[in-house]
Amino acid sequence: MSGLVRAAPGEASGPTSAPARGRPDAGRRRAGRVSSTVVTLGVVSFLTDVSSEAVAAILPLYVTAALGMSVVAYGIVDGLVQGAGALVRVAGGWAADRTDRPKWVAAVGYGLSALTRVGLLFASGLPGVASLVVADRVGKGIRTAPRDALIAASSNPRNLGRSFGVHRALDTAGAALGPLLAFVVLWAVPDGYTTVFVVSLGAAVLGVGALVLLVPDLRPRRAAWLRTHRTREDRGLPKCKGCTCDAPGGLELTGRPFSWAFLRRGATVRLLVVAGLLGLLTVGDGFVYLALQDRDGFATQWFPLLYVGTNAVYMLLAAPVGRLADRVGRARVLVWGHLLLVGAYACAAAPFPGATTTVAALVLLGTFYATTDGVLAALTSALVPTSVRATAIGTAQTVTAVTRMVASAGFGVLWYASGRVDALWIAAAALLVAVPVCAYLMRGGRLERDPDLVEEAPA
Amino acid sequence: MNRSPAIRRRTSFAVLVLVVLAGTGWYVAAQVRQARAEHAAPTQVEMAEGVLDGPHVLFRGTAPGDLYGRVAAVALDDLSGPREVTPAVCDRVDSDGETTVCLRTRRGVVTTYEAEVLDAAWRTTASWPLPGMPSRTRLSPDGLVATTSFVTGHSYAATGFSTETTVHGADGADVSGNLEDFTLLADGKRLAPVDRNVWGVTFVDARYFYATVQSRSEGRTWLVRGDLAERTLVTLLDGVECPSLSPDGTRLAFKHDARKPGDVTPHWTPAVLDLATMTVTVLDAEQRSVDDQIAWLDDVTLLYGLPRADEPGTTDVWSLTADGTADPAVAIPQAWSPSVVE
Repeated sequence: MSGLVRAAPGEASGPTSAPARGRPDAGRRRAGRVSSTVVTLGVVSFLTDVSSEAVAAILPLYVTAALGMSVVAYGIVDGLVQGAGALVRVAGGWAADRTDRPKWVAAVGYGLSALTRVGLLFASGLPGVASLVVADRVGKGIRTAPRDALIAASSNPRNLGRSFGVHRALDTAGAALGPLLAFVVLWAVPDGYTTVFVVSLGAAVLGVGALVLLVPDLRPRRAAWLRTHRTREDRGLPKCKGCTCDAPGGLELTGRPFSWAFLRRGATVRLLVVAGLLGLLTVGDGFVYLALQDRDGFATQWFPLLYVGTNAVYMLLAAPVGRLADRVGRARVLVWGHLLLVGAYACAAAPFPGATTTVAALVLLGTFYATTDGVLAALTSALVPTSVRATAIGTAQTVTAVTRMVASAGFGVLWYASGRVDALWIAAAALLVAVPVCAYLMRGGRLERDPDLVEEAPA
Repeated sequence: MNRSPAIRRRTSFAVLVLVVLAGTGWYVAAQVRQARAEHAAPTQVEMAEGVLDGPHVLFRGTAPGDLYGRVAAVALDDLSGPREVTPAVCDRVDSDGETTVCLRTRRGVVTTYEAEVLDAAWRTTASWPLPGMPSRTRLSPDGLVATTSFVTGHSYAATGFSTETTVHGADGADVSGNLEDFTLLADGKRLAPVDRNVWGVTFVDARYFYATVQSRSEGRTWLVRGDLAERTLVTLLDGVECPSLSPDGTRLAFKHDARKPGDVTPHWTPAVLDLATMTVTVLDAEQRSVDDQIAWLDDVTLLYGLPRADEPGTTDVWSLTADGTADPAVAIPQAWSPSVVE
C-alpha cells in the first residue's frame, strides 16, 4: 500500500457509504434493495455449491465403484473431517478480522476448494481422495465466515437479514443443482467420474473468478474507522491547507484492534448460549425423513426428494423470512422459528400417515432453516463490532454446527432406546420448553447493538 | 479512453465465463461421444456356446465394450477359457443353475437399485427395490435370497455408512425384514439395537445362516449365527467380515481386517475359520486388501474379485488355496462376483 489516503476509497465503499458520498437519494433508494455485492457473493456460492455438491453426490459411488474401496472406508474418512471443518471456520473468521481483508481470505478458501477439483482429476487411491476431501472441507471452513462478513459489510444494516436471505437462497439453489448435474453427466457418460470432476472444476473456477474479479476488496474495519473519524484531525493527519494528502507512514487506524474480548460481552455470550441450547435440540433433518419413511413406508429411493422438497422451501423463503426478521427483530425470528421445528417433529410423530403430514413436515423444516442460518449470521453481524465480525459469525456458526452434531448423536440413541414416536415427542417437548426460555434470555434490549455499529448506520 | 477498472474486471470475467464454458463443453461433448463409441465397440473376449449346459462359474463380465456388465459363464474346468454371455446385466450375481439372483443399478437422473430373480431363460420372475448400491447377495439351495446394499447414494448422505441386509424368498416375498431388527445376543447378553449394521449373509440351510454384525457404539464387528425362525443373531467371534461357508460346511472363508495399529482405512486379508475347532488361518499369501464376499471354487480353493489398478471399471477374479500355501493367481480375467454352478 502506498501512503495515499482516500477519504472514501471508491472500491471499498459499499452502499452503506453512499450517503457519505452525498447521494442521499441513491442511498435511500438502495436501502430497500440488496446490494449487488451480496448478489455477486450469492452467485459465487451458487457456482461453488454446484461444484462441491456435484462431487459430493458421486463421491461414495466413485470411491467404491471406480477406486474399488469400501464404503466403510469412505464413511471413516467422512466422519474424521467433520469436526475439523468447524474449528477452521473460526480461524477463517479470525484471519479475515486480523488482516481486514475478508475478500482475500475467502478467496483462499474458495481457491483451495477449486484446487482440490484439479487434484481429483489425478488422484488415485483412497488416501489421495481422502486428503482432497479434507482440503475441500478446510477450504469451506476458511471461506464461510469472511464471506458472511463481506455480506454484512456490503449491506445496509437495516436489511442485513434480507441480504443474508438472498445469499442463502442462491447458495441452496446451487446445492440442489449440483447433484442433478452430476447424475445427468453420469447418465450420459457411464463411469464418467472424470467428466463430473471437469464440470465441477469449471463451476469452481467460475466461482473463484466471480469473487476475485467482481467482488470489491472491502475493508470493513478501515471503512468503519473512516466513518467514525471524519476530520483530518481525527485521522491523525497534518492539518494544513493545500498540502498533499500524503501522510507520513500511512494512515494509522486508531480504532479498537482485534480482540477476543467480544466473547466476554454479555450480549455475545447470551447469543452463543441461545444458539447452543437451540442447537442441542435441533435433530438432523435426516431423522425427520427417516421417521416419515418409517411411518408411511415409502421406498427409500424417494428419500432424496424429501431433501429436495425441504431445500426448495428454504430457497423460496430465505429472502422473505430475512426481510421479516429485519422488521420484527432477528432474535425473535431466530428463536420463535424453532416452533416450526416443533411442528415438523409433531408432523413426523403424529399417527396420521399420508401425504399431508409429510408435505407439512417438509414445509415446516424448510421454513425453519430459513429462520435460522441466514438470520443467525445477520444477528451476529449486527451485534458485534466490525473488527471482530467475521470471527463472531464463525464462532456462532461453529456453536450451532457442533451442538447440532451432538443433538443428532444423542437423538440416535434416544430413537433406539425409546422408539421413533416417543423420541420425536421428547425432542418436541424439550424444544417447546427451550423456546420461551431462549426468548426470555434474548428479551427486548438484552441483545443490544454495539454502539460502534449504531454509528455506522446511515443517518 | 479511460475505462474504469470495474468495466475491465467485468470484461475479464465475461472472457473467463466463455473460456470455461467452451472448455468444459468441449470436454463433456468429447466424453459423451467417446462413451457412446466405447459402449458400441465389441468386447474383445473369446466366446463359446453351450458353457451354461455343463458345470460352470457364472460372473459379471468386466471387459470393456458393448458386453460390459453382462453376466457370463466359463466352464468349471477351463476358467480362463471362452465364455458364454447372457442377456442379464448385474452388479452382483449368485446362481444355482436354475435360479439366478441379480442385483443391479438403474442409472438415470435418479439412480435406483433393485434385486431381480431370474429363471434359466434369464426372464425376471420377481424383483424388489434396494435402498442403495448393491454390495452382496447369496442364494440358498432352499430358494432364499440374501441381499446387502448400502444405504447412502445421495449427496446429502449423513456421515458414516449404513447397510441394509434382508432375506427374501425367490418369489420376492420378504422373509426376514431388515436383519438389524433381529435380537442380537452377545456372549449370552441381549444387546440394545443401537446403531448396528448387518452384512454378508451366507446360508447354512433354510433356517440358519452366518453374517457380520457391526455395532458402532460397541466398536466391534462380530461373526454371528442367525436364526430366521427365532429371529436372533448370536455372536460367535470378533473381527470376521463377510463370511462364506465352504461346500462341505466345515469352514468359513472371510475377510479379516489386518490393518496396522493407527491406520484409518481397513486392510482386509482373506482368512479361513474352522468351525469345529474355531481356529482362524489368515491367508497372508494375499497381500492386497480384498473387499469381496469370498466364494469357494471347491473345498480347497477360494475365489474373490480385485480391481485392476490401471484400468478403472475392470476387475479380475483371483484364486487362492484355502490353506494359504500357494500364491494367488488370476482365475477368471475381466470378471467379478463369481458364482460356482456344479
